[in-house]
Amino acid sequence: MPEPGYNPAEIMTVAAARRLKNGTVCFVGIGLPSAAANLARITHAPELVLIYESGTIGAKPDVLPLSIGDGDLAETADAVVSVPEIFRYWLQGGRVDIGFLGAAQIDKFGNINTTVIGSYEKPKVRLPGAGGAPEIATAAKEVAIILKQSKRTFVEKLDFVTSSGYYPNAGRNGRPGPRGRGPTTVITDLGVMRSDPVNRELILTAIHPGTAVDQVRDATGWPLKIAGNLETTSPPTDAELSALRDLHSRTAAAHGNVSVAE
Amino acid sequence: MRDGDAVALEGFTHLIPFAAGHELVRQERRGLTLMRMTPDIIYDQMIGMRCGSRVVFSWGGNPGVGSLHRFRDAIENGWPVPVEIEEHSHADMAASYQAGASGLPFAVMRGYVGSDLPKFNKRIQPITCPFTGEVLTATPALNPDVTIIHAQKADRKGNVAIFGIVGIQKEAALAAKKVIVTVEEIVEDLNAPVNACILPAWVISSISVVPGGAHPSYAHGYYKRDNLFCKAWDGISRDREQFRAWMKRHVLETKDFSEYRRSIESEMKVGHA
Repeated sequence: MPEPGYNPAEIMTVAAARRLKNGTVCFVGIGLPSAAANLARITHAPELVLIYESGTIGAKPDVLPLSIGDGDLAETADAVVSVPEIFRYWLQGGRVDIGFLGAAQIDKFGNINTTVIGSYEKPKVRLPGAGGAPEIATAAKEVAIILKQSKRTFVEKLDFVTSSGYYPNAGRNGRPGPRGRGPTTVITDLGVMRSDPVNRELILTAIHPGTAVDQVRDATGWPLKIAGNLETTSPPTDAELSALRDLHSRTAAAHGNVSVAE
Repeated sequence: MRDGDAVALEGFTHLIPFAAGHELVRQERRGLTLMRMTPDIIYDQMIGMRCGSRVVFSWGGNPGVGSLHRFRDAIENGWPVPVEIEEHSHADMAASYQAGASGLPFAVMRGYVGSDLPKFNKRIQPITCPFTGEVLTATPALNPDVTIIHAQKADRKGNVAIFGIVGIQKEAALAAKKVIVTVEEIVEDLNAPVNACILPAWVISSISVVPGGAHPSYAHGYYKRDNLFCKAWDGISRDREQFRAWMKRHVLETKDFSEYRRSIESEMKVGHA
Protein backbone atom coordinates (compact mmCIF):
# COMPACT_ATOMS: atom_id res chain seq x y z
CA MET A 1 0.00 0.00 0.00
CA PRO A 2 1.39 3.47 -0.80
CA GLU A 3 2.16 5.75 2.12
CA PRO A 4 -0.94 7.90 2.68
CA GLY A 5 1.02 10.96 3.85
CA TYR A 6 -0.46 10.95 7.35
CA ASN A 7 -0.40 8.55 10.27
CA PRO A 8 -3.25 6.74 12.13
CA ALA A 9 -3.11 9.15 15.08
CA GLU A 10 -3.49 12.09 12.69
CA ILE A 11 -6.53 10.77 10.87
CA MET A 12 -8.11 9.84 14.22
CA THR A 13 -7.67 13.39 15.49
CA VAL A 14 -8.88 14.94 12.23
CA ALA A 15 -11.93 12.65 12.06
CA ALA A 16 -12.81 13.57 15.65
CA ALA A 17 -12.29 17.30 15.08
CA ARG A 18 -14.65 17.28 12.09
CA ARG A 19 -17.50 16.13 14.32
CA LEU A 20 -17.37 19.24 16.48
CA LYS A 21 -19.69 21.88 15.04
CA ASN A 22 -18.98 25.58 15.20
CA GLY A 23 -20.73 27.30 18.09
CA THR A 24 -21.28 24.22 20.22
CA VAL A 25 -20.17 23.98 23.84
CA CYS A 26 -17.68 21.18 24.39
CA PHE A 27 -16.46 19.88 27.78
CA VAL A 28 -12.99 18.61 26.96
CA GLY A 29 -10.85 15.88 28.51
CA ILE A 30 -7.08 16.17 28.43
CA GLY A 31 -4.96 14.37 25.79
CA LEU A 32 -6.60 13.16 22.57
CA PRO A 33 -9.96 14.96 23.13
CA SER A 34 -8.16 18.24 23.79
CA ALA A 35 -6.03 17.84 20.64
CA ALA A 36 -9.10 17.16 18.48
CA ALA A 37 -11.17 19.95 20.03
CA ASN A 38 -8.43 22.51 19.55
CA LEU A 39 -7.87 21.37 15.97
CA ALA A 40 -11.58 21.94 15.31
CA ARG A 41 -11.36 25.38 16.92
CA ILE A 42 -8.40 26.50 14.79
CA THR A 43 -9.85 25.10 11.55
CA HIS A 44 -13.59 24.91 10.80
CA ALA A 45 -15.08 25.82 14.20
CA PRO A 46 -13.61 29.10 15.48
CA GLU A 47 -16.61 29.70 17.76
CA LEU A 48 -16.39 26.28 19.43
CA VAL A 49 -16.55 26.88 23.20
CA LEU A 50 -14.02 24.74 25.06
CA ILE A 51 -14.66 24.08 28.73
CA TYR A 52 -11.97 22.37 30.82
CA GLU A 53 -12.81 20.98 34.26
CA SER A 54 -10.22 23.27 35.87
CA GLY A 55 -12.87 25.98 35.49
CA THR A 56 -11.82 27.61 32.23
CA ILE A 57 -14.75 28.51 29.97
CA GLY A 58 -14.06 29.43 26.35
CA ALA A 59 -10.35 28.57 26.52
CA LYS A 60 -8.40 29.26 23.32
CA PRO A 61 -4.91 27.87 24.04
CA ASP A 62 -2.24 28.42 21.41
CA VAL A 63 -0.57 25.15 22.42
CA LEU A 64 -2.11 21.97 23.80
CA PRO A 65 -2.23 21.98 27.60
CA LEU A 66 -0.13 19.31 29.30
CA SER A 67 -2.32 19.39 32.39
CA ILE A 68 -6.01 20.20 32.62
CA GLY A 69 -5.16 23.35 34.55
CA ASP A 70 -2.33 24.90 32.54
CA GLY A 71 -1.98 28.67 32.81
CA ASP A 72 -2.58 29.12 29.06
CA LEU A 73 -6.16 27.91 29.53
CA ALA A 74 -6.86 30.58 32.14
CA GLU A 75 -5.15 33.35 30.19
CA THR A 76 -7.14 32.66 27.01
CA ALA A 77 -10.52 31.88 28.60
CA ASP A 78 -13.65 34.03 28.50
CA ALA A 79 -14.17 33.22 32.18
CA VAL A 80 -12.36 31.29 34.89
CA VAL A 81 -14.59 29.85 37.61
CA SER A 82 -14.03 27.51 40.56
CA VAL A 83 -14.11 23.73 40.21
CA PRO A 84 -17.45 23.34 42.08
CA GLU A 85 -18.98 25.98 39.82
CA ILE A 86 -17.81 24.32 36.61
CA PHE A 87 -19.36 21.01 37.61
CA ARG A 88 -22.52 22.41 39.20
CA TYR A 89 -23.67 25.38 37.10
CA TRP A 90 -22.08 24.56 33.78
CA LEU A 91 -22.08 20.76 33.49
CA GLN A 92 -24.85 19.61 35.85
CA GLY A 93 -26.83 22.73 34.91
CA GLY A 94 -27.17 21.34 31.37
CA ARG A 95 -25.07 23.90 29.49
CA VAL A 96 -22.74 21.43 27.76
CA ASP A 97 -23.63 20.24 24.24
CA ILE A 98 -20.96 17.60 23.93
CA GLY A 99 -18.66 15.89 26.40
CA PHE A 100 -15.46 14.70 24.78
CA LEU A 101 -13.67 11.90 26.62
CA GLY A 102 -10.78 9.46 26.31
CA ALA A 103 -10.71 6.01 27.93
CA ALA A 104 -8.48 3.06 28.80
CA GLN A 105 -11.20 0.52 27.95
CA ILE A 106 -14.60 0.69 26.28
CA ASP A 107 -17.40 -1.84 25.76
CA LYS A 108 -20.01 -2.19 23.03
CA PHE A 109 -22.40 0.23 24.77
CA GLY A 110 -19.83 2.97 25.22
CA ASN A 111 -19.34 2.32 28.94
CA ILE A 112 -15.77 3.29 29.80
CA ASN A 113 -13.17 2.21 32.32
CA THR A 114 -10.43 4.50 33.61
CA THR A 115 -10.20 2.95 37.10
CA VAL A 116 -8.60 -0.50 37.28
CA ILE A 117 -7.51 -3.47 35.22
CA GLY A 118 -8.28 -6.57 37.30
CA SER A 119 -10.34 -6.44 40.48
CA TYR A 120 -10.99 -3.19 42.32
CA GLU A 121 -9.67 -4.47 45.66
CA LYS A 122 -6.54 -6.10 44.22
CA PRO A 123 -5.94 -4.39 40.88
CA LYS A 124 -3.47 -5.71 38.35
CA VAL A 125 -3.10 -2.15 37.08
CA ARG A 126 -4.33 0.85 38.99
CA LEU A 127 -5.43 3.55 36.49
CA PRO A 128 -5.92 7.22 37.47
CA GLY A 129 -9.66 6.93 38.19
CA ALA A 130 -12.78 8.89 37.42
CA GLY A 131 -11.86 12.58 37.35
CA GLY A 132 -14.78 14.43 35.81
CA ALA A 133 -15.87 11.63 33.49
CA PRO A 134 -18.83 9.96 35.29
CA GLU A 135 -20.78 13.22 35.37
CA ILE A 136 -19.59 14.44 31.96
CA ALA A 137 -20.77 11.13 30.46
CA THR A 138 -24.31 11.54 31.79
CA ALA A 139 -24.85 15.32 32.04
CA ALA A 140 -23.59 16.47 28.62
CA LYS A 141 -26.29 16.44 25.94
CA GLU A 142 -24.17 13.88 24.08
CA VAL A 143 -20.75 12.30 24.41
CA ALA A 144 -17.96 11.54 21.97
CA ILE A 145 -15.13 9.20 22.91
CA ILE A 146 -11.73 9.04 21.24
CA LEU A 147 -9.22 6.21 21.77
CA LYS A 148 -6.96 3.82 19.87
CA GLN A 149 -8.68 0.61 18.88
CA SER A 150 -7.37 -2.82 19.87
CA LYS A 151 -8.63 -5.99 21.55
CA ARG A 152 -7.02 -4.68 24.75
CA THR A 153 -9.08 -1.45 24.68
CA PHE A 154 -12.31 -2.64 23.01
CA VAL A 155 -13.46 -5.37 25.38
CA GLU A 156 -16.53 -7.59 25.74
CA LYS A 157 -16.70 -6.95 29.48
CA LEU A 158 -15.13 -4.03 31.33
CA ASP A 159 -13.18 -4.75 34.50
CA PHE A 160 -14.86 -1.66 35.99
CA VAL A 161 -17.50 0.77 34.73
CA THR A 162 -16.15 4.19 35.65
CA SER A 163 -18.49 6.21 33.46
CA SER A 164 -21.57 4.80 31.90
CA GLY A 165 -22.72 4.78 28.32
CA TYR A 166 -25.81 2.63 28.43
CA TYR A 167 -27.38 1.78 31.77
CA PRO A 168 -30.25 -0.68 31.54
CA ASN A 169 -31.73 0.06 34.98
CA ALA A 170 -30.84 3.71 35.35
CA GLY A 171 -33.76 6.10 35.44
CA ARG A 172 -36.17 3.28 36.27
CA ASN A 173 -37.60 2.14 39.62
CA GLY A 174 -36.54 5.40 41.18
CA ARG A 175 -32.85 4.96 40.24
CA PRO A 176 -30.92 8.05 39.13
CA GLY A 177 -31.05 8.55 35.41
CA PRO A 178 -28.92 10.27 32.80
CA ARG A 179 -29.82 13.70 31.51
CA GLY A 180 -28.18 13.45 28.11
CA ARG A 181 -28.11 10.95 25.26
CA GLY A 182 -24.82 9.37 26.37
CA PRO A 183 -22.11 8.31 23.92
CA THR A 184 -23.21 8.84 20.34
CA THR A 185 -19.84 8.57 18.58
CA VAL A 186 -16.57 6.71 19.12
CA ILE A 187 -13.62 7.75 16.99
CA THR A 188 -10.54 5.54 16.72
CA ASP A 189 -7.41 5.21 14.61
CA LEU A 190 -9.28 2.70 12.43
CA GLY A 191 -12.73 4.21 11.95
CA VAL A 192 -15.84 5.72 13.48
CA MET A 193 -18.61 3.97 15.41
CA ARG A 194 -22.05 5.40 16.12
CA SER A 195 -24.38 4.17 18.78
CA ASP A 196 -27.61 2.50 17.61
CA PRO A 197 -30.42 4.83 18.71
CA VAL A 198 -32.58 1.88 19.81
CA ASN A 199 -30.41 -0.78 21.45
CA ARG A 200 -27.44 1.57 21.98
CA GLU A 201 -24.83 -0.86 20.63
CA LEU A 202 -21.91 0.65 18.71
CA ILE A 203 -22.03 0.15 14.94
CA LEU A 204 -19.07 0.73 12.65
CA THR A 205 -20.27 3.50 10.32
CA ALA A 206 -16.99 4.63 8.72
CA ILE A 207 -13.52 3.26 8.18
CA HIS A 208 -10.45 5.38 7.57
CA PRO A 209 -8.86 5.12 4.09
CA GLY A 210 -6.70 2.03 3.67
CA THR A 211 -8.33 0.22 6.59
CA ALA A 212 -10.10 -3.11 5.97
CA VAL A 213 -13.30 -3.98 7.83
CA ASP A 214 -11.68 -7.21 9.05
CA GLN A 215 -8.88 -5.17 10.57
CA VAL A 216 -11.45 -3.28 12.67
CA ARG A 217 -13.23 -6.54 13.60
CA ASP A 218 -9.88 -8.04 14.67
CA ALA A 219 -9.21 -5.04 16.88
CA THR A 220 -12.58 -5.38 18.67
CA GLY A 221 -13.24 -7.74 21.58
CA TRP A 222 -16.85 -8.43 20.60
CA PRO A 223 -18.57 -9.29 17.28
CA LEU A 224 -18.71 -5.76 15.87
CA LYS A 225 -21.81 -4.73 13.93
CA ILE A 226 -21.12 -3.07 10.59
CA ALA A 227 -23.43 -0.46 9.04
CA GLY A 228 -25.02 -1.35 5.70
CA ASN A 229 -23.92 1.94 4.21
CA LEU A 230 -20.35 1.91 5.52
CA GLU A 231 -18.54 5.09 4.61
CA THR A 232 -14.86 5.84 4.15
CA THR A 233 -13.47 8.85 6.01
CA SER A 234 -12.22 11.53 3.62
CA PRO A 235 -8.44 11.79 3.96
CA PRO A 236 -7.19 14.79 5.93
CA THR A 237 -6.90 17.92 3.80
CA ASP A 238 -3.60 19.75 3.54
CA ALA A 239 -5.07 22.51 5.67
CA GLU A 240 -6.16 20.09 8.42
CA LEU A 241 -2.84 18.29 8.44
CA SER A 242 -0.72 21.40 8.53
CA ALA A 243 -2.88 22.93 11.29
CA LEU A 244 -2.55 19.74 13.36
CA ARG A 245 1.20 19.43 12.82
CA ASP A 246 1.78 23.10 13.62
CA LEU A 247 -0.27 22.66 16.80
CA HIS A 248 1.83 19.66 17.85
CA SER A 249 5.13 21.36 17.07
CA ARG A 250 4.12 24.54 18.94
CA THR A 251 3.11 22.31 21.83
CA ALA A 252 6.38 20.38 21.83
CA ALA A 253 8.38 23.61 21.76
CA ALA A 254 6.33 25.13 24.59
CA HIS A 255 6.49 22.10 26.87
CA GLY A 256 10.18 21.40 26.30
CA ASN A 257 9.42 18.45 24.01
CA VAL A 258 7.31 16.69 26.58
CA SER A 259 4.78 14.85 24.46
CA VAL A 260 1.14 15.31 25.35
CA ALA A 261 -0.03 12.03 26.83
CA GLU A 262 -2.54 10.08 24.79
CA MET B 1 -0.27 19.29 62.36
CA ARG B 2 -0.51 16.02 64.28
CA ASP B 3 0.00 12.42 63.21
CA GLY B 4 -3.33 10.93 62.18
CA ASP B 5 -4.83 14.23 61.07
CA ALA B 6 -7.03 14.49 57.99
CA VAL B 7 -5.25 17.00 55.82
CA ALA B 8 -6.11 18.52 52.44
CA LEU B 9 -3.27 20.03 50.40
CA GLU B 10 -5.35 21.52 47.59
CA GLY B 11 -4.67 23.34 44.32
CA PHE B 12 -6.12 22.03 41.05
CA THR B 13 -2.92 21.50 39.00
CA HIS B 14 -2.16 25.15 39.86
CA LEU B 15 -0.67 26.47 43.14
CA ILE B 16 0.01 23.00 44.56
CA PRO B 17 1.54 23.48 48.03
CA PHE B 18 4.73 21.49 47.45
CA ALA B 19 6.84 23.33 50.02
CA ALA B 20 4.34 22.52 52.77
CA GLY B 21 4.11 18.90 51.66
CA HIS B 22 7.88 18.56 51.81
CA GLU B 23 7.89 19.97 55.33
CA LEU B 24 5.40 17.25 56.37
CA VAL B 25 7.83 14.69 54.91
CA ARG B 26 10.75 16.26 56.88
CA GLN B 27 8.72 16.22 60.08
CA GLU B 28 7.94 12.53 59.42
CA ARG B 29 4.19 12.95 59.91
CA ARG B 30 2.51 9.52 59.93
CA GLY B 31 -0.97 8.07 59.55
CA LEU B 32 -2.41 11.09 57.77
CA THR B 33 -5.64 10.94 55.83
CA LEU B 34 -4.61 12.68 52.63
CA MET B 35 -7.49 14.45 50.88
CA ARG B 36 -6.92 15.92 47.45
CA MET B 37 -8.90 15.78 44.20
CA THR B 38 -5.74 15.09 42.18
CA PRO B 39 -3.07 13.49 44.42
CA ASP B 40 -0.41 14.54 41.89
CA ILE B 41 3.35 14.38 42.52
CA ILE B 42 3.02 15.89 46.01
CA TYR B 43 0.99 12.97 47.40
CA ASP B 44 3.11 10.52 45.41
CA GLN B 45 6.07 11.85 47.42
CA MET B 46 4.22 11.87 50.75
CA ILE B 47 2.78 8.36 50.25
CA GLY B 48 6.18 6.98 49.21
CA MET B 49 7.68 8.56 52.37
CA ARG B 50 5.05 6.86 54.60
CA CYS B 51 3.11 9.99 55.61
CA GLY B 52 -0.34 8.73 54.63
CA SER B 53 -2.47 5.76 55.58
CA ARG B 54 -5.62 6.78 53.73
CA VAL B 55 -6.16 8.76 50.50
CA VAL B 56 -9.41 10.47 49.54
CA PHE B 57 -9.18 11.43 45.87
CA SER B 58 -10.88 11.65 42.47
CA TRP B 59 -8.09 11.40 39.86
CA GLY B 60 -4.68 9.94 40.63
CA GLY B 61 -2.25 10.48 37.79
CA ASN B 62 0.77 12.59 36.87
CA PRO B 63 -1.00 15.07 34.56
CA GLY B 64 0.10 14.79 30.93
CA VAL B 65 2.80 12.26 31.86
CA GLY B 66 1.24 9.04 33.16
CA SER B 67 1.08 7.11 36.42
CA LEU B 68 1.92 8.11 39.96
CA HIS B 69 4.24 5.19 40.60
CA ARG B 70 4.49 5.53 44.40
CA PHE B 71 0.72 5.88 44.76
CA ARG B 72 0.21 2.83 42.56
CA ASP B 73 2.83 0.80 44.41
CA ALA B 74 1.09 1.56 47.71
CA ILE B 75 -2.30 0.47 46.33
CA GLU B 76 -1.10 -2.50 44.28
CA ASN B 77 1.63 -3.82 46.62
CA GLY B 78 1.24 -2.06 49.96
CA TRP B 79 4.70 -0.41 49.67
CA PRO B 80 6.08 1.17 51.79
CA VAL B 81 2.89 0.90 53.83
CA PRO B 82 -0.60 -0.04 52.66
CA VAL B 83 -2.92 2.86 51.99
CA GLU B 84 -6.67 2.66 52.14
CA ILE B 85 -8.39 4.56 49.33
CA GLU B 86 -11.69 6.40 49.27
CA GLU B 87 -12.41 7.20 45.67
CA HIS B 88 -14.83 9.76 44.23
CA SER B 89 -15.42 11.74 41.05
CA HIS B 90 -14.33 15.37 40.68
CA ALA B 91 -17.91 16.67 40.74
CA ASP B 92 -18.48 14.74 43.98
CA MET B 93 -15.33 15.90 45.78
CA ALA B 94 -15.92 19.50 44.75
CA ALA B 95 -19.48 19.29 46.07
CA SER B 96 -18.33 17.56 49.27
CA TYR B 97 -15.84 20.32 50.08
CA GLN B 98 -18.61 22.82 49.36
CA ALA B 99 -20.89 21.00 51.79
CA GLY B 100 -18.10 21.01 54.34
CA ALA B 101 -17.58 24.74 53.90
CA SER B 102 -21.36 25.29 54.14
CA GLY B 103 -21.83 23.50 57.46
CA LEU B 104 -23.92 20.78 55.84
CA PRO B 105 -23.57 17.06 56.58
CA PHE B 106 -23.65 15.99 52.95
CA ALA B 107 -23.65 17.15 49.36
CA VAL B 108 -26.36 16.30 46.86
CA MET B 109 -25.70 15.90 43.16
CA ARG B 110 -26.73 14.12 40.02
CA GLY B 111 -23.82 11.78 39.96
CA TYR B 112 -22.41 8.34 39.23
CA VAL B 113 -25.33 7.28 37.02
CA GLY B 114 -24.47 3.73 35.93
CA SER B 115 -20.98 3.89 37.45
CA ASP B 116 -19.48 1.06 39.55
CA LEU B 117 -17.88 3.49 42.03
CA PRO B 118 -20.84 3.49 44.50
CA LYS B 119 -20.51 -0.33 44.74
CA PHE B 120 -17.05 0.08 46.24
CA ASN B 121 -17.45 3.34 48.15
CA LYS B 122 -20.21 3.22 50.74
CA ARG B 123 -19.87 6.97 51.23
CA ILE B 124 -21.77 7.42 47.97
CA GLN B 125 -25.49 6.79 48.57
CA PRO B 126 -28.81 7.42 46.82
CA ILE B 127 -31.12 10.06 48.28
CA THR B 128 -34.71 10.86 47.34
CA CYS B 129 -35.72 14.45 46.71
CA PRO B 130 -38.55 15.25 49.21
CA PHE B 131 -40.20 17.56 46.65
CA THR B 132 -40.07 15.64 43.37
CA GLY B 133 -39.34 12.06 44.44
CA GLU B 134 -36.35 11.98 42.14
CA VAL B 135 -33.44 9.80 43.27
CA LEU B 136 -30.17 11.72 43.44
CA THR B 137 -26.77 11.02 44.95
CA ALA B 138 -25.52 12.06 48.39
CA THR B 139 -21.94 12.07 49.63
CA PRO B 140 -20.73 13.17 53.06
CA ALA B 141 -19.16 16.58 53.59
CA LEU B 142 -15.37 16.78 53.62
CA ASN B 143 -14.07 18.57 56.70
CA PRO B 144 -10.27 18.33 56.91
CA ASP B 145 -8.57 18.93 60.26
CA VAL B 146 -6.13 21.09 58.34
CA THR B 147 -6.24 22.51 54.82
CA ILE B 148 -2.99 23.76 53.34
CA ILE B 149 -2.93 25.92 50.23
CA HIS B 150 -0.37 28.00 48.36
CA ALA B 151 -1.41 31.46 47.11
CA GLN B 152 0.18 34.32 45.22
CA LYS B 153 0.19 36.98 47.91
CA ALA B 154 -0.92 38.16 51.30
CA ASP B 155 -1.05 41.67 52.71
CA ARG B 156 0.42 42.64 56.09
CA LYS B 157 -2.90 42.00 57.83
CA GLY B 158 -2.89 38.43 56.49
CA ASN B 159 -5.59 38.68 53.82
CA VAL B 160 -4.73 36.24 51.04
CA ALA B 161 -5.36 36.64 47.28
CA ILE B 162 -5.58 33.74 44.86
CA PHE B 163 -5.91 34.32 41.14
CA GLY B 164 -5.85 32.33 37.90
CA ILE B 165 -7.33 28.86 38.18
CA VAL B 166 -8.80 29.07 41.68
CA GLY B 167 -9.77 25.39 41.75
CA ILE B 168 -11.17 24.16 45.03
CA GLN B 169 -8.96 26.10 47.44
CA LYS B 170 -11.60 28.41 48.90
CA GLU B 171 -14.00 25.54 49.63
CA ALA B 172 -11.24 23.29 51.04
CA ALA B 173 -10.04 26.13 53.27
CA LEU B 174 -13.49 27.06 54.59
CA ALA B 175 -14.32 23.38 55.20
CA ALA B 176 -11.29 22.88 57.48
CA LYS B 177 -10.76 23.40 61.22
CA LYS B 178 -7.37 25.03 60.55
CA VAL B 179 -6.04 26.75 57.44
CA ILE B 180 -2.35 27.06 56.68
CA VAL B 181 -1.30 29.19 53.72
CA THR B 182 2.05 29.59 52.00
CA VAL B 183 2.43 32.61 49.71
CA GLU B 184 4.84 33.85 47.08
CA GLU B 185 5.14 37.25 48.74
CA ILE B 186 3.79 39.71 51.28
CA VAL B 187 2.64 43.00 49.75
CA GLU B 188 1.48 46.36 51.09
CA ASP B 189 -1.67 46.29 48.96
CA LEU B 190 -3.26 43.23 47.32
CA ASN B 191 -4.48 45.41 44.44
CA ALA B 192 -7.27 42.91 43.96
CA PRO B 193 -10.36 43.66 41.84
CA VAL B 194 -13.56 43.80 43.91
CA ASN B 195 -14.68 40.28 42.99
CA ALA B 196 -11.28 38.63 43.39
CA CYS B 197 -10.85 35.38 45.29
CA ILE B 198 -9.76 36.60 48.73
CA LEU B 199 -9.50 34.65 51.96
CA PRO B 200 -9.76 37.18 54.81
CA ALA B 201 -7.09 37.04 57.50
CA TRP B 202 -9.55 35.92 60.18
CA VAL B 203 -10.23 32.52 58.52
CA ILE B 204 -6.51 31.70 58.29
CA SER B 205 -4.48 30.11 61.07
CA SER B 206 -1.01 30.84 59.75
CA ILE B 207 0.81 32.20 56.73
CA SER B 208 4.38 31.46 55.64
CA VAL B 209 6.25 33.21 52.85
CA VAL B 210 7.74 30.59 50.53
CA PRO B 211 8.69 32.00 47.13
CA GLY B 212 8.44 29.26 44.49
CA GLY B 213 6.57 27.11 47.01
CA ALA B 214 4.32 25.58 44.37
CA HIS B 215 7.15 24.27 42.20
CA PRO B 216 6.95 22.10 40.04
CA SER B 217 3.36 23.27 39.65
CA TYR B 218 2.94 26.93 38.83
CA ALA B 219 1.85 30.24 40.32
CA HIS B 220 -0.09 32.31 37.81
CA GLY B 221 1.70 35.61 37.26
CA TYR B 222 4.88 34.39 38.98
CA TYR B 223 6.27 31.27 37.27
CA LYS B 224 5.23 28.53 34.88
CA ARG B 225 4.66 24.84 35.44
CA ASP B 226 7.94 22.94 35.31
CA ASN B 227 6.91 20.33 32.76
CA LEU B 228 10.42 18.90 32.50
CA PHE B 229 10.42 18.13 36.21
CA CYS B 230 6.98 16.53 35.98
CA LYS B 231 8.29 14.29 33.21
CA ALA B 232 11.55 13.55 35.05
CA TRP B 233 9.48 12.51 38.09
CA ASP B 234 8.21 9.54 36.08
CA GLY B 235 11.76 8.14 35.99
CA ILE B 236 12.76 9.15 39.52
CA SER B 237 9.67 7.60 41.09
CA ARG B 238 9.57 4.37 39.10
CA ASP B 239 12.13 2.59 41.25
CA ARG B 240 11.67 2.33 45.05
CA GLU B 241 15.29 2.78 46.05
CA GLN B 242 15.94 5.53 43.55
CA PHE B 243 12.87 7.34 44.83
CA ARG B 244 13.98 7.02 48.46
CA ALA B 245 17.50 8.18 47.68
CA TRP B 246 16.14 11.18 45.78
CA MET B 247 13.78 12.19 48.61
CA LYS B 248 16.55 11.74 51.18
CA ARG B 249 19.02 13.83 49.21
CA HIS B 250 16.70 16.65 48.21
CA VAL B 251 14.00 16.76 50.90
CA LEU B 252 15.07 15.04 54.13
CA GLU B 253 18.62 16.39 54.00
CA THR B 254 17.67 19.96 53.07
CA LYS B 255 16.52 22.30 55.80
CA ASP B 256 13.88 24.16 53.83
CA PHE B 257 12.34 24.72 50.42
CA SER B 258 14.93 27.18 49.15
CA GLU B 259 17.69 24.72 49.95
CA TYR B 260 15.65 22.00 48.23
CA ARG B 261 15.35 24.17 45.12
CA ARG B 262 19.10 24.77 45.03
CA SER B 263 19.70 21.08 45.54
CA ILE B 264 17.54 19.94 42.61
CA GLU B 265 18.56 22.78 40.34
CA SER B 266 22.22 21.95 40.72
CA GLU B 267 21.51 18.31 40.02
CA MET B 268 18.75 18.36 37.43
CA LYS B 269 19.28 21.71 35.78
CA VAL B 270 15.51 22.13 35.65
CA GLY B 271 12.93 24.30 37.25
CA HIS B 272 14.22 27.81 36.84
CA ALA B 273 11.33 29.97 37.84
